[in-house]
Amino acid sequence: MSANAARRLGVRMLALGYLALLLGAPVGMIFYRTFEHGLAPVWSAVTAPNAEHAFWLSLEIVAIAVPLNTIFGIGMALLLERGRFWGKGLLGLVIDLPFAISPVVVGLALVLVYGKTGWLGDWLTTNGIQIIFSVPGMVIATAVVSLPFVARETMPVLRELGIDAEQAAETLGASAWQTFWRVTLPAIRWGVVYGVVLSTARALGEFGAVSIVSGRIEGQTQTLPLYVQDRFENFDSTGAYAAAVLLALLALGTLLAMNLLTRRTRGRTAS
Amino acid sequence: MAIEVREVSKRFGDFVALGDVSLRVGDGALTALLGPSGSGKSTLLRIIAGLESPDSGEVVIDEQNVTDAPARMRGVGFVFQHYAPFKHMTVHDNVGFGLSVRKRPKAEIRERVKELLGLVRLEGLAERYPSQLSGGQLQRMALARALAVQPQVLLLDEPFGALDAQVRAELREWLRRLHEEIHVTTIFVTHDQEEAMEVAEQIVVMNKGRIEQAGTPRELYESPGNEFVMSFIGPVNRLGDAFVRPHDIEILPSVEGVGTEALVERVVHLGFEVRVELKLHDGRDIWAQITRENAQQLELREGQILSVRLPAPRVFAA
Repeated sequence: MSANAARRLGVRMLALGYLALLLGAPVGMIFYRTFEHGLAPVWSAVTAPNAEHAFWLSLEIVAIAVPLNTIFGIGMALLLERGRFWGKGLLGLVIDLPFAISPVVVGLALVLVYGKTGWLGDWLTTNGIQIIFSVPGMVIATAVVSLPFVARETMPVLRELGIDAEQAAETLGASAWQTFWRVTLPAIRWGVVYGVVLSTARALGEFGAVSIVSGRIEGQTQTLPLYVQDRFENFDSTGAYAAAVLLALLALGTLLAMNLLTRRTRGRTAS
Repeated sequence: MAIEVREVSKRFGDFVALGDVSLRVGDGALTALLGPSGSGKSTLLRIIAGLESPDSGEVVIDEQNVTDAPARMRGVGFVFQHYAPFKHMTVHDNVGFGLSVRKRPKAEIRERVKELLGLVRLEGLAERYPSQLSGGQLQRMALARALAVQPQVLLLDEPFGALDAQVRAELREWLRRLHEEIHVTTIFVTHDQEEAMEVAEQIVVMNKGRIEQAGTPRELYESPGNEFVMSFIGPVNRLGDAFVRPHDIEILPSVEGVGTEALVERVVHLGFEVRVELKLHDGRDIWAQITRENAQQLELREGQILSVRLPAPRVFAA
């Protein structure tokens, strides 16, 4: 073996070892401990009423928050990349805030605005709207923490695309709406898809912000991650592991689905 | 359709891209906007297309004031410098795009696209994607796409700029013939004077955001209105304030009393043309363009002393 090959092998082992210690071993352990006593206890754990409720609630929140962020993210990316206005740099910074601020702080901030004693509290109470300690608040919290992904993944693609194709569409008689659907969106779709995947994964796993705004009411405002923690704290390790594996599988499923989708569509249009 | 630009100005920050430019292009004409980079020629083209709006002035197409009309309402076909293909669409869908957004029936679109691909000689490539085409093919696809909606006016931004020399020459010739065939009012932007002379019926010479002179290639070459046009169009020798065309210089065997004495410094054979670099007896450098035959008769070689007869030099008022 030449020195070069040895060095390459060494680097590879180092990278793999790092991944194994940080990711492989813990995730593997979860799977192992979950299925240690066979499928039956796992099945009864994930079909417990509170577990099922948490599962569907998580999906519901993702199903609302991710599309909202996708639309907002694409709009924001277009505004920041194509628009010319005062305060653009500032807006770009604001979009990144959810990356920088701890989710717990986001949760507290939402309570300060939408809570009973919060800034909008009186108005919301008078109108019979409850946001904190209920699903709307959890959707908002989830949307905030996964806000930047679509915009940030779409912006570089838009920048690289340039405005020539859009202007060409315009000279050919396309309206702004037609140009967006037929020229811009198809050209940036992989950036958007990637942003949606990241948003979904992030939204599914969200714990801190949702933990605060939800009030963690069993069978009502408990998402899967909150349920996992609840089970763990109550020394129900089977329930905790089973729910954790379910969560991991959901995230894996998202990545896989997007991967397959991307591959299939890419095969059709040579690029 | 005739195009008229009236006193158009455009600034980008402190940079004056166009200062009070007026221009008239007749119906069916093939016109070149010629100038160095930064002369404002592309900006003017984009203002005519509606892709840029002027700070002041008016754009009139076919007697209609379109200054405030959006690009898509102007009936203008625009070919971009880098072709701006829709990369996710086939050649067929690219060319048919303008018809498709106008919601024309599929059969009609197919028919028209086929006809246009024939016109630009891209038959058989309809199902390809832009990434599978060469530069010249992309250029022709972009042209077919612009022509599909039967524009009143065809605008081309540096149409041959990104192509290699041979494809370039071919496409120039082809654009001329295409123009004779379809006779749509056409303006193209170029920084290459040879390209402008070869293709255009009328040339508008631009410099620093202004029009220096407009006219036929011959007019501009034979009676340039100022220093800039003289030196931008065709080769030139500068002697102080005066200008002399290299092919107007006569070279004779050294004879007492005839012309000016000159030393041959370098002889460059370029096929039919021979370029002779000379030093005049007063120390000024000058170059002359003579035929191969003429050079042979003179038995030109470096270090030789000759007589040179200069034509009446052209002087422009400052």
